[in-house]
Amino acid sequence: MDKDKEKDQQPPHPEAGYSIGGASEQAGVTNGIQAKAPKQRGQWAEVWHRLKKNRMAMFGLTVIVIIILTAIFADVAAPYSYRTQNLRRIAESPSRDHWLGTDELGRDIFSRIIYGTRISLQVGFVAVSISVIAGGFLGAVSGYYGGKLDNIIMRLMDVLLAIPAILLAIAIVSAFGGGLVNVMIAVGISSIPIYARIVKASVISIKEQEFIEAARAVGAKDFRIIFKHVLPNAMAPIIVQGTIGVAIAILSAAGLSFIGLGIQPPTPEWGAMLSGGRMFIRTAPHIATFPGIAIMITIFALNLLGDGLRDALDPRLKQ
Amino acid sequence: MEHVLEVKNLHKDFHTKKGLLKAVNDISFYIAKGETLGIVGESGCGKSTTGRAVLRLVEPTSGELYFEGKDILKLTRNQMRQFRKDMQIIFQDPFASLDPRISISEIIAEPLRVFNLYRNQGGAKRVAELMDLVGLSKRLVNSFPHELDGGRRQRVGVARALALDPKFIVCDEPVSALDVSIQAQILNLLQDLQKRLGLTYMFISHDLSVVRHMSSRVGVMYLGKIVETTTSHTIFTSPLHPYTKALLSAIPIPKYGMKRQRTILEGDVPSPINPPKGCIFSARCPQVMEKCRQQAPPLVEAAPEHTVACFLISDKLGK
Repeated sequence: MDKDKEKDQQPPHPEAGYSIGGASEQAGVTNGIQAKAPKQRGQWAEVWHRLKKNRMAMFGLTVIVIIILTAIFADVAAPYSYRTQNLRRIAESPSRDHWLGTDELGRDIFSRIIYGTRISLQVGFVAVSISVIAGGFLGAVSGYYGGKLDNIIMRLMDVLLAIPAILLAIAIVSAFGGGLVNVMIAVGISSIPIYARIVKASVISIKEQEFIEAARAVGAKDFRIIFKHVLPNAMAPIIVQGTIGVAIAILSAAGLSFIGLGIQPPTPEWGAMLSGGRMFIRTAPHIATFPGIAIMITIFALNLLGDGLRDALDPRLKQ
Repeated sequence: MEHVLEVKNLHKDFHTKKGLLKAVNDISFYIAKGETLGIVGESGCGKSTTGRAVLRLVEPTSGELYFEGKDILKLTRNQMRQFRKDMQIIFQDPFASLDPRISISEIIAEPLRVFNLYRNQGGAKRVAELMDLVGLSKRLVNSFPHELDGGRRQRVGVARALALDPKFIVCDEPVSALDVSIQAQILNLLQDLQKRLGLTYMFISHDLSVVRHMSSRVGVMYLGKIVETTTSHTIFTSPLHPYTKALLSAIPIPKYGMKRQRTILEGDVPSPINPPKGCIFSARCPQVMEKCRQQAPPLVEAAPEHTVACFLISDKLGK
């Protein structure tokens, strides 16, 4: 808070008055408050500082933290086991015993959603990480270097893009077997081309800017230029796409579970719960609704956080 | 006098869809230690390309480039990196040449980090020293480029260029994007730094008054060629090339009632893709002769320290 105060005490437009030469500028500063150089804040501290000011983003972050904590402490938080069936109480509506009702096998939906957090979050984040890292790298390289390398990479991406994502994921999972890890890899790979294209497009526009040339003029190597100057400036669309990507990944994983190639029952997974409840949508709509709401809340929180993060990473949008 | 930079027969061609564009066409010049060579010419004449080619920011097509007696065109990219410590550039547009996501202190520190000198040279202290040198207040360390006005941004650009203690700096129209009131500050700063640090400048500008103020010698460029070089004094008192004369007559005189005989040039600058045969200026020259359309005039020494490429002069000299 002290830092904020210090900033507020400066005139609202410290750069408004022109001063001639450096000498007078320093003189102007010394005759008021002592010119103290503000403490250097690290880049990430700066981002965090800006993020804190964004209420919606902080709300999103809080929700995400709660969800993550739920995943970690699922054993404590869940009132029932996720696999215990109670065939006498099938597809019951929400009640005091079962807050969100029971599913078609009499399992407590609330507990299953809590346990499902583990799987769904993992699938969402890991799959998106795979596609952002791989797609980002490929896109950055092909955008920055252009030429033949670009052609080779982008044609490969076209091949991937030509196969429907779910089909590709099915192919990968059926080749390497089901299970959580393979599902994450499959879903991750299938959305690499999207990120590669987005990153490439922004990299192309950024690499022509003069500050890139300036970096080359001071002797920076390509690696440094790409990671320090090009990618941070290309971040905004990736973050936005990435937050949506988590949602898509959770649903793709659900699709795989649905056709029996993904996470195997009785392991609870939001997407699988959602599609499992599909058949009872008329008689017991809560079976499909609550996992859907869980997905929605997660995505909503992620989107808020993502938007806030995008703004916080851009110093031009300060205040 | 020791030549910091010597350029011989420098060419830079660009392959465009319409044909071969000769941006820099057989240019030779030298810059002595501690002096400022001004390069003037209208837009698109290849001034900036020359400045960048000298630093190998654009790779020259052919020619020789001696920096302190060493042909830097023969160096590999990695060897060239080492030379970047000695040769720097100040860019035209202070809004485009600073990475918007990086704070002022980081921008100035970047050259040091690139060469792993940040720790050795005192890190933040060295940055503060540089900021002081260019007249930037200490409180701006954490600021971002968009928070500064044009003059201060350009000071940041100067500080970055100075970070590695270069011997030679290309100033690529460093003030043409600034307000007139700020221009003088930056020009004075550059002159002051030159005196204090013994720098050598190549000063590119389309503004003759600025060039006159800054340079010890001046080269006049037209369509990728240098048509006249001489001392800054001579070029304004007794120019020889018809193009230089026309250029000089375009300087407005800031006095009411004063008129000067203006040489108004007819037509446009021909495209550098298909430059006219013979003398490049023949299409617009008021004193054009038959010969000019057939062959290109050689660059001859009309007087000591005064070279010019025009048949009017070379014929008179009988060369």
